[in-house]
Amino acid sequence: MSDKSFSSWFKSGSPWVWLNAGAVSICLVMVVGLLGLIAVRGLSHFWPANVMEVSYTEPNQQVQQLIGEVIETETVPASQLKRVGVDLAEGEESAERVLVKVGNRDYFGMDFRWVNAPWLGEAHYPEELLSIERREWGRFYGRLVAVKQHGEVVATGIDAYDELQQRLIRSNDLIGEIKHLEYKVIGKINHAMESIRLDKRQLELDGITEGSYRYMSLAKDKEKLDADYRELQQQLAVLYTDLNRDQLTVKMSDGRDVEMPLAKVVFIHRPNAMTLLEKIGFYGHAVWAFVSEDPREANTEGGVFPAIFGTIMMVMIMAVLVTPFGVIAAVYLKEYAKQGPMIRLIRIAVNNLAGVPSIVYGVFGLGFFVYFLGGNIDELFFQASLPSPTFGTPGLMWASLTLAILTVPVVIVATEEGLSRIPRAIREGSLALGATKAETLWRTVLPMAAPAMMTGLILAVARAAGEVAPLMMVGVVKLAPALAVDNLAPYLHLDRQFMHLGFHIYDVGFQSPNVEAARPLVYATAILLVFIIIGLNLVAIQIRNRLRETYKASES
Amino acid sequence: MATQQSAARAIDINSMQRGSKMNLEAEEVCLQVKGFNLFYGDKQALHGVNMTIPKNRVTAFIGPSGCGKSTLLRCFNRMNDLIDSVSIEGDMLLDGNDLNAPSVNVADLRRQVGMVFQKPNPFPKSIYENVAYGLRLQGVNDRATLDNVVEKSLKGAALWDEVKDRLHESAMGMSGGQQQRLVIARAIAIEPEVLLLDEPASALDPLSTLKIEELIHELKEKYTIVIVTHNMQQAARVSDYTAFMYMGELIEFGPTDELFTNPKKKQTEDYITGRYG
Repeated sequence: MSDKSFSSWFKSGSPWVWLNAGAVSICLVMVVGLLGLIAVRGLSHFWPANVMEVSYTEPNQQVQQLIGEVIETETVPASQLKRVGVDLAEGEESAERVLVKVGNRDYFGMDFRWVNAPWLGEAHYPEELLSIERREWGRFYGRLVAVKQHGEVVATGIDAYDELQQRLIRSNDLIGEIKHLEYKVIGKINHAMESIRLDKRQLELDGITEGSYRYMSLAKDKEKLDADYRELQQQLAVLYTDLNRDQLTVKMSDGRDVEMPLAKVVFIHRPNAMTLLEKIGFYGHAVWAFVSEDPREANTEGGVFPAIFGTIMMVMIMAVLVTPFGVIAAVYLKEYAKQGPMIRLIRIAVNNLAGVPSIVYGVFGLGFFVYFLGGNIDELFFQASLPSPTFGTPGLMWASLTLAILTVPVVIVATEEGLSRIPRAIREGSLALGATKAETLWRTVLPMAAPAMMTGLILAVARAAGEVAPLMMVGVVKLAPALAVDNLAPYLHLDRQFMHLGFHIYDVGFQSPNVEAARPLVYATAILLVFIIIGLNLVAIQIRNRLRETYKASES
Repeated sequence: MATQQSAARAIDINSMQRGSKMNLEAEEVCLQVKGFNLFYGDKQALHGVNMTIPKNRVTAFIGPSGCGKSTLLRCFNRMNDLIDSVSIEGDMLLDGNDLNAPSVNVADLRRQVGMVFQKPNPFPKSIYENVAYGLRLQGVNDRATLDNVVEKSLKGAALWDEVKDRLHESAMGMSGGQQQRLVIARAIAIEPEVLLLDEPASALDPLSTLKIEELIHELKEKYTIVIVTHNMQQAARVSDYTAFMYMGELIEFGPTDELFTNPKKKQTEDYITGRYG
């Protein structure tokens, strides 16, 4: 009886339904789990956690005071603890070990410290504890002692914190001004000087002798620039003196007083004194700083804006290059080429191109684009700046082109698919009105196939944005000195190297000197990369849906 | 209301046809087919077809499925060029000129010989752009000219009153019958000499069919019309001359009245009386 009911249950097909549903749920759990883990690890980094003060007594040592944030806690078995000298009470199998971020790397030598929970005293969270983000050496934790101006104490005690914040705003404004002068204004002068140098070199190459009118005018321009530069130098010197006006004295956990110039401070806050609302505000601010600022300290601090910019820029240039290329190839394959074994072979080859390991494309890009194409472009058009290469070196242009080749099969396949879905009736209708094949293609078939092209582009963008390996060979660097777009002619610098989020993750995770400090940034950058790819895809999908609406053909 | 009017009109058409005696010899010639054979690869689809299609008349092709009537129709504007395996023998003349001659520009030919297909195939564009398509191909982009032609063509296809308020909406939102009339408007916008209709009403409901038939009758004033149909009543209603085809051969061709009332060939009689097909 039960045998029969089992066989009928089996025949009913519900085991398969369960199996399929199970597979789908496992996929869902994996994707959600992956995103969840990255999001939690990455995004919690920006939360202003409370700073604890605690006494720590190692056996036969003096009592130490620790100030810092608890990063994580793990449970360690008693046997392991015994080896490091922790004796637990009878019957206790395990105890906890805590990772504390104590900061002050320049004074303590290390800014993360594992401590054994049984040796810890009771934790306090005094409101006056400061968490100071510095331009160098990472976090600093301590108590404010005094605010100074030119070495003279101007504030101590309760009011000192407010005074400090006001002076901090001033110093940050000054730093902004200095940055503007150094990067924008002086950058412009340097750019102009460089182009004068190149003009001069070009004159030499053209065989125009020194002392001619054009030489003189170049020399005059250079003099003027030199004068401008000297003036700016003076302005900068004044600003720097202003900047160095204020200092603050802070007491560290071990009781030492430390004096630091305010110019070295990014922000100061008192996490223990913050309300939840203030913390949320601070969190939003920190996340914004992460996506909008330049990196500091070998990429382990600060923001990732150049990497975001580079990623999006590269993907967009790639999209602009790959779309016409892929569409034209697909139109030829589908509409014009005589269908036969040759075309079948080409189609198989194109499909297989999508399976070539991406690093191989990187090698090709380096060999063909950078050295061959770029080298020749330099020979022909940028002779004056040789031997330093212009296009004959990895750069944005070559990275985009390499990725365009990498993704062109996807666009070809999707476009061909779309072309074959256009009903014959529509083509015949157009031809019957006296349109040639080309006119029919251009006016009717291609617009109707546009959504399919967009599908191809979406897949291409998704693949390109996540690709890292080939980029390392053709243009991505750890730290790019300038963005690819700026206020200097020709505004879009395709020859420049750029930063990329994918490479940034690798760099921060594996190449940074301070692993513990960099780890949350790895997760944060990863989640940002995922968001950016989703964003790019959403834009493309939106465009596709709009096209679909416009060119909705009759069913069948 | 509309149905009654249309029905009255259909009767009117019938009586008109009976009144005037049709004579093929006396008609002005538009299209001429001489000893025409067509092959799909090795398979012969048309066998030695000879016929003359008169100007400004409606000529219907009838016959069972697969008899070659659509194939023959598609030869008049060389639509079969699109099929690689097709080869032809024999002559086909439009106004005395061989339309398969190498010197003939196919696009020009199709401008002279317009075609409407079995299923309505409007482009996924606005109603206005659908009708203007042929003109834009010819490089006409002047707004006033286009407006004028679009209005005239839509009126010619008896569609103007239904769509004049939504000319710039997508043609894909129209009913099947409206779409088919739009396709006819699109075809007459470029003022062809001949209009080929390949089962234009087979995908439509009876009311839309009636409208199309009425339209055919009106269009005959200006155009030579060749229509392929499965529906013998439709052929009897709309055409002046009828050709019966069977197995790729032209069996009988003559004035519609005669062919339906007094067929000369046994095969024709069998077909129209429903004994096969």
